[in-house]
Amino acid sequence: MTMTTADKIQANLKKRYAAERRFRSYGLASVAIGLAALLLLFISIIGKGYTAFQQTYVKLEVQFDEAIIDPQGTRDPQILARADYGKLIKKTMRKRFPDVTNRRDRRNLYKLVSPGAVFSIQDMVRNDPGLIGTTQTIWVPADDDVDMLIKGYINRDEPESDRRLKDKEIAWIDALAASDSLEKRFNKTFFTAGDSREPELAGIWGAVVGSFYTLLVTLVLSFPIGVSAAVYLQEFAPRNRWTDLIEVNINNLAAVPSIVFGLLGLSVFLNFMALPRSAPLVGGLVLSLMTLPTVIIASRASLQSVPPSIREGALGMGASQMQMVAHHVLPLAMPGMLTGTIIGMARALGESAPLLMIGMVAFIVNVPEGPLDPSTVLPVQIYLWADTPERAFVERTSAATLVLLAFLVVMNGAAVWLRKRFEQRW
Amino acid sequence: MLNQKPAVRLENPAKTNDVSPPSPVQNREFDSKTVGCVTVDKPIMTTRNVDVYYGGKQAIINVSIDIAYNEVLSMIGPSGCGKSTFLRCLNRMNDTIESAHVTGKIELEGHDIYDKKTDVVTLRARVGMVFQKPNPFPKSVYENVAYGPRIHGLARNHTELDEIVQTSLLRAGLWDEVKDRLSQPGTGLSGGQQQRLCIARCIAVNPDVILMDEPCSALDPIATARIEELMDELRQNYSIVIVTHSMQQAARVSQRTAYFHLGDLIEVGETSNIFTNPQDKLTEDYLTGRFG
Ligand SMILES: Nc1ncnc2c1ncn2[C@@H]1O[C@H](COP(=O)(O)OP(=O)(O)OP(=O)(O)O)[C@@H](O)[C@H]1O
Ligand SMILES: [Mg+2]
Repeated sequence: MTMTTADKIQANLKKRYAAERRFRSYGLASVAIGLAALLLLFISIIGKGYTAFQQTYVKLEVQFDEAIIDPQGTRDPQILARADYGKLIKKTMRKRFPDVTNRRDRRNLYKLVSPGAVFSIQDMVRNDPGLIGTTQTIWVPADDDVDMLIKGYINRDEPESDRRLKDKEIAWIDALAASDSLEKRFNKTFFTAGDSREPELAGIWGAVVGSFYTLLVTLVLSFPIGVSAAVYLQEFAPRNRWTDLIEVNINNLAAVPSIVFGLLGLSVFLNFMALPRSAPLVGGLVLSLMTLPTVIIASRASLQSVPPSIREGALGMGASQMQMVAHHVLPLAMPGMLTGTIIGMARALGESAPLLMIGMVAFIVNVPEGPLDPSTVLPVQIYLWADTPERAFVERTSAATLVLLAFLVVMNGAAVWLRKRFEQRW
Repeated sequence: MLNQKPAVRLENPAKTNDVSPPSPVQNREFDSKTVGCVTVDKPIMTTRNVDVYYGGKQAIINVSIDIAYNEVLSMIGPSGCGKSTFLRCLNRMNDTIESAHVTGKIELEGHDIYDKKTDVVTLRARVGMVFQKPNPFPKSVYENVAYGPRIHGLARNHTELDEIVQTSLLRAGLWDEVKDRLSQPGTGLSGGQQQRLCIARCIAVNPDVILMDEPCSALDPIATARIEELMDELRQNYSIVIVTHSMQQAARVSQRTAYFHLGDLIEVGETSNIFTNPQDKLTEDYLTGRFG
């Protein structure tokens, strides 16, 4: 029996289909693994972090006692600013729990209210001195331990000695909860405050602003420099050994571990040029060094993808090299360049290692007001919080990670949108 | 296995036009083995002993030919024989290829275009080029045509620019089709319209010579016919050098035809003569379809 060509193909066909199916299932499996990993990451971060967007507040009946705030009755802002508002809170708590008489117990009782409550009351009086002498019902942040108990992170069944909250304190908290004096509210502080030793007073705003200034410096430096370098190398530079060498080195730079740029920044910007430590300016300089190769490579690829027919068309019209680049090539390459830049910026936003080297890892309470103020950045803030023992910082770590991820998703989304929106077909 | 195609029939050798055809002259004061009427009476461009090298490889060997006023000169030859290369010498587009090196003398109205003092920008404004694949800029139809006048500063104000755009589109036979969509992208036109847009863009700077490298190879027969018609009209004002793979097209549009073979310019003749009565064996073989 002789086999015709069709028979031979037929015989092979099964094998071919099987191979195709196998190949497809490999692909599907790897995609599934990737997606599962991503899902796991999100579930774990969101699961741990979402509670940080709420904070327990405690209701206090504060009597704005004139004898404590302003005994002379002058209403002098200086005196109002220096008054001991802590006493008001202590007094309120004593009134709320008259049975607590022991000094130790009282101290623990006072600690149920966040130290930040003092500042809220001070602000209230400053804004409206008329409050003095009245009694007001106000909500102030509860201590992070109270918050953790309310959120169910403290195990009541544990032996008392292992617990952060002792039986007495839990009883007080339960009493407060029973009288509707405890309430979970949206945690505005988390989005508006700088860092703090007290979890309930700590926020990411300082780090967000620090990241913003750092990225601003990075963008302002790396985009124009990167694009100019790419345009020169791609459009004007002669092809010779020197440009080859430069090209190879740019590609090498893109692969250099980021910490090395941090070391470079430390020795050049801080030690040699004596720029301020912990400043977004220096952070931006370091991240620019790190981002530049990415921007240059992306920009060159983008320039390269502009079809030669457009260049020939322009040159054939009598446009100079410069005009050809400025009028035709650059506008067409710009979306790709921007995409590359955004992706480089997203990488810079998530970078922490090189910034540790230049001191952006300091504990900074104030929100920076400019690129020269000491500050930290989001990933470093996450790193700092992840290192703290308080349970309340665990959820804040995850919440800050969520915010960082949100920024990254938005940036990458913008890059994708740009690419889609300005995608050119020739 | 040579299939014996008959030599191209000439139904209508280069439609007669009111412009007087070039008068070929036979005198040679330069070294050239090319057969036929290489020189003309009053040339707009002359090329003498042109060699082109790509790196070490020679692509054009000692080519000398004149281009007359108001003529369409077609260049034919097998693929890879150097037609495009030679065409691109005429407006120095070869400058953009780093490995390319041109020697010999090319003059435009008596001025050496490879002279150091010659400005490429001006040269390319005077010797325009239309490419094989339509390559309108990804900008509006109007911007495409207005681009040349803009960069060369040919219009003093908007009215003048509008006028240039309109006359160029009119001359390119495209005005009626695009007058209502001047602000739409030029890349959205059909292939034939795009090619005419490229021609309009080219004539908007009012060049002396238009170089066309297989301008119709990406077009259907109807679009091709439009462009051939157009070339005949354009001949009144411009000299045209066209590279084509279609001998019928060469026969239809050109007054003179040049046959290239492996970098050599074998034969130049009046189109009507060269197709019916080629002098060189190679030309004859090519025209009868023995190779190519
Ligand atoms: N940029 C270049 N670098 C090196 N060699 C080239 C280059 N362009 C063309 N050549 C070579 O020069 C010779 C002539 O090429 P050219 O493009 O001028 O031929 P052509 O006659 O236009 O061919 P076709 O009819 O296929 O367009 C060919 O051998 C080609 O391989
Ligand atoms: Mg060619």
